[in-house]
Formats: sequence, structure tokens, C-alpha cells
Amino acid sequence: MNASPKIRSAWSWWYLLFVVQFIGVLWPPFYNKVEPTWLGVPFFYWYQMLWVIIAAVCNAVVYVVTEKS
Amino acid sequence: MQGVNWVALTIFVLLFGFITWLGFAAARWRKGDLELLHEWGLGGRRFGTVITWFLVGGDLYTAYTFVAVPALAFGAGALAFFAVPYTIVMYPILFLVFPRLWYVCNKHGYITAGDFVRGRFGNRWLALAITITGIVATMPYIALQLVGIQVVLGAMGISGTGLMADLPLLIAFAILAAFTYSSGLRAPASIAIVKDILIYITAFAAVIVIPMQLGGFGKIFAAVPADKLLLAPPGANTTGAYSAYATLALGSALALFLYPHSMTGILSASSGRAIRKNAALLPGYTFMLGLLALIGFFAIAAGIKGLPEFAAGFKQFGNNFAVPALMLHSFPAWFVGVAFAAIGIGALVPAAIMSIAAANLYTRNIHREFINKNPTNKQEAQMAKWVSLIVKVGALAFILFVPTQFAIQLQLLGGIWIIQTLPAVMLGAYTRWFNSWALLIGWAIGTYAGTTMAISAQLKPTYPLAFGGHIYPGYTAFYTLLLNLVVAVVLTLVFNAMKARAPAADATAAADYHA
Repeated sequence: MNASPKIRSAWSWWYLLFVVQFIGVLWPPFYNKVEPTWLGVPFFYWYQMLWVIIAAVCNAVVYVVTEKS
Repeated sequence: MQGVNWVALTIFVLLFGFITWLGFAAARWRKGDLELLHEWGLGGRRFGTVITWFLVGGDLYTAYTFVAVPALAFGAGALAFFAVPYTIVMYPILFLVFPRLWYVCNKHGYITAGDFVRGRFGNRWLALAITITGIVATMPYIALQLVGIQVVLGAMGISGTGLMADLPLLIAFAILAAFTYSSGLRAPASIAIVKDILIYITAFAAVIVIPMQLGGFGKIFAAVPADKLLLAPPGANTTGAYSAYATLALGSALALFLYPHSMTGILSASSGRAIRKNAALLPGYTFMLGLLALIGFFAIAAGIKGLPEFAAGFKQFGNNFAVPALMLHSFPAWFVGVAFAAIGIGALVPAAIMSIAAANLYTRNIHREFINKNPTNKQEAQMAKWVSLIVKVGALAFILFVPTQFAIQLQLLGGIWIIQTLPAVMLGAYTRWFNSWALLIGWAIGTYAGTTMAISAQLKPTYPLAFGGHIYPGYTAFYTLLLNLVVAVVLTLVFNAMKARAPAADATAAADYHA
């Protein structure tokens, strides 16, 4: 009973997958451009939409690994 | 405007009738004693991962969002896409902070942020500040949901003068008020399922059908003016649109879960695990929001604004008319009915949750704290039901008698106000290092500075912060949150050094924050 709360509240290196998301989407110089386009969609738009999927996968990974420990 | 679109209106009314029945029937769903506040106002904390997904999704991604984000893309272009990074970075915050809050609230029977802060810091005045901020920030938000309904009603050609013009809105409102009163949070939870399915159908149909009609994405983006296609690159000595975009996204993400309706949706989950799972599942709505933002560009490419049949609508509703006009232009009438019902019902779900959340706040943190200290359970639940009605009438009066622009501006200020509760609520979930009076003063200074800055920036969301010869345009809420934090930290150190009165007892223990 006492051990598992400790683990749950502790820092996990997997949380770096959260930090990656902040860097990926909160730095507009990375993606404020038209080329390369994808199916006619400018990079600005498909890059950020792609990050929605990457972010969901990251969060799922963090959920699974922290739930196991 | 054009005449009444009877086919669309019939579908709209049928779907509305269905969710009205559903809203009342919901009282018997996962049955609980609705004369207990946590049953009426939190659905008995019994919603698992799937229902939480629908409920929180319907709660956060509101009808107004679905109208306003494409409208912003239509009017301002790329800047509107900040809604996507915003609704990406909010989920790590959800994952880390809110399961802790869920456990401690569940353990101690807290149903509002005010309850938690009261217990954690033992300072009723700090709790009162959190509570009033929550209620004041929520009111214009409810009013804006009604704008969503107004726009689609107008688009179906329902118009009139005087009372007749407002009658449909009044009916929608009476339905909302009645089922919220009788079923509590179970009503929006069940309706959210219908609403979300309709919204997904609409979004995917729009993103597939309309680009086909317009000749593909390449043609659509070619029609978007170059200055709207990307963020304007910053000039010398300024971070320009880049810092505005990033701080809008981050500040909005930090603010969103502090709104009372977010808290209510999250606390109604059946476990902290259901919340963590949803951090991975809720981005599904973000993806749809991104698709919907693109609809603003479809509207540009379709040349909607130049079409004479929509001139009156744009005159009345401004760019918020862009999405309904595009639907009318691109879809058969029956599907327009489905799409508009999605928006209309999409307004009722968050409006119901918001009014429940505001009622919970008043009942717990104002009435019980300052007026009647020992209510029976039944009195407490009854009080909340009445307050939920008063809150909705207030929002309705707002929409009927005050210009819409004013509600939009107040909602903007609401974001600046609600973020000032972050140190007490979110950081409070991790630590009670802060002195509660330092938090209260930080809140007051942040609120005051934010309001003044917003007014001096002509009620634009961003403020051009000048520092060391550079200009850093950024979201006012974000800047004033930093100010608030600095004040809270410095004053806590000062108060500790002065050995001021010993802090009040913490009603919560470290172990309460975990499974």
C-alpha cells in the first residue's frame, strides 16, 4: 500500500515524452513554412496535425509504462 | 435573409426532440440519489473511461469553438491554428496534475476547486477568490454557447422581430434548463454521446466532400491569400507572431482545465486511471478541431463571402457565419440539418455542465461557507439546482440584451482571470509550500494587471510586452500568470522570514493524492 504511491508520484524518465511535445509544437520557426506540401496541404498545417497523432501515441506510451511500474 | 429551410429545420427539430427525451431519461441512468449534491452535480463520480471521453470532449470542445475557430481561420488565417498546439500541450498537464486532484477530491468529498483550496490551505478567503473567479469566468462562456445556437438558427432562415426573433432560443434554453435541473450532470453526459457522433460525422463529411467540390486541397490553399497562409515572420527587435502563437497555445492550455466546467467533467470520472487514459484518447478531438479549422479556408476558397444569399447573415453574425454558410452552400438540406443540430446540441452540453459547475461553486463555497454553514444534504442539492437555473437565466439575459461582441470580450478577460487560480489549484495539487495569503495577493495582482493590460491593448488577446528594446507580443494571460507566480513566491519567502502566524492546518495528507 505504501510502496505503490511512492512510485506513482515519483519522476519518471518517460515524462520526457511530454517535454518533446512542448518543444515540437510551441516553437513556430520549426514549421512556419509552406514547403514541403503534402496532398496540397502546406507544411504548417500537416506538421501540426501530425503532432496530434504523435502526442496521442506519446501519452499512451507514458500511460502504459507508468501504469505497469 | 433567405426563407426558412424547412428540410434542415425538420431534421434539426427531430434531433433536438431526441436529445430532450434523452436528457430527462438520463436521470435514471446509473441511478443515484439526485438529492445528494455529488450525485446531481458530479454524476456520482461513476463515469468510466469511455463516458469521460465523451463528456470531457463535449465539455472542452464546445459549439462556440467549432464556430469560432474556423471563423478565425476565415478572417485571420494561420493564427487560428494555435488551437491545435493548444489542445496538444494541455494533455500532459491533464495527465500529471488532474489524477492527483481527483484522488484528493474523491477522498475528502470535494466537488469544486474552491473545496480543494479551502481544505489544502485552510484559507476561506483564498477559496472565495478561486470561487468568484470561476463563476465570473464561466458566465460569458455560457453566453457564447448561445451565440452558437443563434448562428445556426439564423442560418436556417429563422428570423423575426421582437419576441418572435428570440423565441427559438428561449425554447432551446427552457429545454436545457429543465433537463439540467432534473437530471444534473447525467443529462449532458448522455447527450454528449449523441452530440459527439454528430460532430464527427459532420467534420469528416465536410473534410471529404467540400475539398472534392472545390478541386482538392492544392486549389483550396492556393485561394488563401499569402499573408493568411502562414504566420507573419517577425521583423527586427520583435518576436512578432511567433511568440504570440506559442504563448496563446500554452496559456490557453494552462487555463482550460482551471475552468469550473473542466473540473466538474474531470472529477466526475470514476478513477484517476480513467483520466490518465483520456490524456491519450482525447487528442482525437484535437484532430477533429484541426480539420474544422481548415473549414475556414474552404470557406475562403468557395468565395462564400461574395455570395449574395449570405450577405445578410455575414452582416448579422460576422465571420461566425462562415461555417454555417459553407454548409448551406455545399450540403443537401437534410445534411445541413444534421450539421446544424450538431452545433446546436454541441452548445447545450457545455452550457449544461458550465451551469452545474457554477451552481456547485456557489452552493459549496459561498452559501455553505458564508451563509448557511450546516445545510442538510437535501437543502444543498436543492440550492444547487436553483442556482443552475439562475446562472442560465443570467447568461440568456446577457445574450438578449448585451451586444455579442461584449460577451466575446468578457470571455477573453475570463481566460486571463481563470489562469490566476493556477498557483493555488494546480501547484497546490503538488505542494503547500506557498503561503495562502501570498497566493491571494498574487491572484489579486495578476487579475488586476491582466485586466488593465487587456484594456490597454483594446481587448486583443495579446499584449506587446516591451523589454530591453525588444517587443515580445504574447498572450496577456500567460504574462500575468508569470507575474502572479513571482509575487506568490517572493511573498511566501517574506512571510516565512517574518515568521508570521503559523499556517492553518492542511486537511489533506500526502497519501491522499494517489491511488
